[in-house]
Amino acid sequence: MRQFLRVAWLVVQKDLRVESRSFEVVSTTLFFSVTVVLIFAFGLVREGRPADDVAAAILWIALAFSGTLALGRTFERERQAETLRALLMAPADRPALYVGKLAGMLVLLVLIEAVLVPLIGLLFQAPILRYPWSLAGLLLAGTVGFSAVGTLFAAMLVRARSRDVLLPILLYPMTVPVMIMGVRGTAALFQATPDEPLARFCLAFLVFIDVVFVTLALWTFEPVMTD
Amino acid sequence: MSADFTTLTVEQLSRHYGRRKALHRVSLACHAGDIIGLLGPNGAGKSTLLSILATVLAPSEGHVRYGTLTAASGGAALRGRIGMLGHDLFLYPELSALENLVFFGNLYGLADAEARAKAALARTGLGDRAHDAVAGFSRGMRQRVALERALLHEPRLLLLDEPFTGLDQASTRALVERLRQVQRAGTMTVLATHDLDTVDGLLTRECILRQGRLLGVDASQGTLRDRYHATVHGA
Repeated sequence: MRQFLRVAWLVVQKDLRVESRSFEVVSTTLFFSVTVVLIFAFGLVREGRPADDVAAAILWIALAFSGTLALGRTFERERQAETLRALLMAPADRPALYVGKLAGMLVLLVLIEAVLVPLIGLLFQAPILRYPWSLAGLLLAGTVGFSAVGTLFAAMLVRARSRDVLLPILLYPMTVPVMIMGVRGTAALFQATPDEPLARFCLAFLVFIDVVFVTLALWTFEPVMTD
Repeated sequence: MSADFTTLTVEQLSRHYGRRKALHRVSLACHAGDIIGLLGPNGAGKSTLLSILATVLAPSEGHVRYGTLTAASGGAALRGRIGMLGHDLFLYPELSALENLVFFGNLYGLADAEARAKAALARTGLGDRAHDAVAGFSRGMRQRVALERALLHEPRLLLLDEPFTGLDQASTRALVERLRQVQRAGTMTVLATHDLDTVDGLLTRECILRQGRLLGVDASQGTLRDRYHATVHGA
């Protein structure tokens, strides 16, 4: 287990170091997600008043789109110099490599969320500070579920010629439950009369989905990456 | 479990992509200190064979034995005794030469990864560029770092895919000399190349592939280039 975590940590460190040198994924993803939110704001905010109950959906749409972009770019980087192949050839547990890539992706997406959530609060007058821990829990659990499937698919598709098209086609249907629970839970916290029990149910459901997705991904990563 | 081995045996190896046969019943054997050249025109199956030997691609039929082990039975420990230099070098351009080597050294579980990495860079004459990003290196410099990355964990089997591509004469000579050092250390080397003149005299034996099949070579004929043309064009 210690060896497993050591390898995962090495991969996370490496990914963050590479990103800190180029800021390629953070800058492009952040720019894209802020643009998405601004476009919705131009369309849905009239005379300073946003349409009712749209903030949660816009937040999760921006996260899904920017997450897909980040996944694609991160694995494109591993493809360009065939470094993913080098990782797979190392005498390390391949699921540990998966966990490392997943954790690196989570750090990047949490950084994006740290900018997106205040922006949504500002533009759509969403009460982001009313239940900050519940909101953080929903976002984190949703991000884990989305990234767990996304990391597996992005790694699988790294050699596919039409990977940029295939990734969203495979990823979005699989993560529909994550999106529904994320949007419903966040909307329950943002609405005029908050529905805490619903938000707690959504959070519990997201944690359940996370356990299922991460377990399946750990189980399948080695066989799907061997061929 | 010890994953050490001193022989490599390929038995009736085939790899199919749908109906296309990338490799068809290829057999060969390799012993400690051998440098085997995989030669053949583009699409002959050289890179496919290297990928199977590297355990990142499973064969459709046949076996590869690393001593008494197979890819399945040797697992991660076996991968730790194989080094590969691909055509794409397997280096992170944003990281420095030292960071690349230390990262892979740690990934291979080397206790003294940093010391080995520094020694490797000093050996290649890149000690003073150790902290420079690989993206700023010439092709020859990157190739030297990549070869040291593949050798950092002292593999028993070294796999090289087109290692001479894009190198100038000095870099080519340095690479040939490094491969001779590796040979003296008893490492088995399998290299795929089109640079026949460069590897003539370096190889212990050549294996010529065409359309996935291993062709018989008449070893009595002149230079490697002569033998290659007689085998490929005469077959």
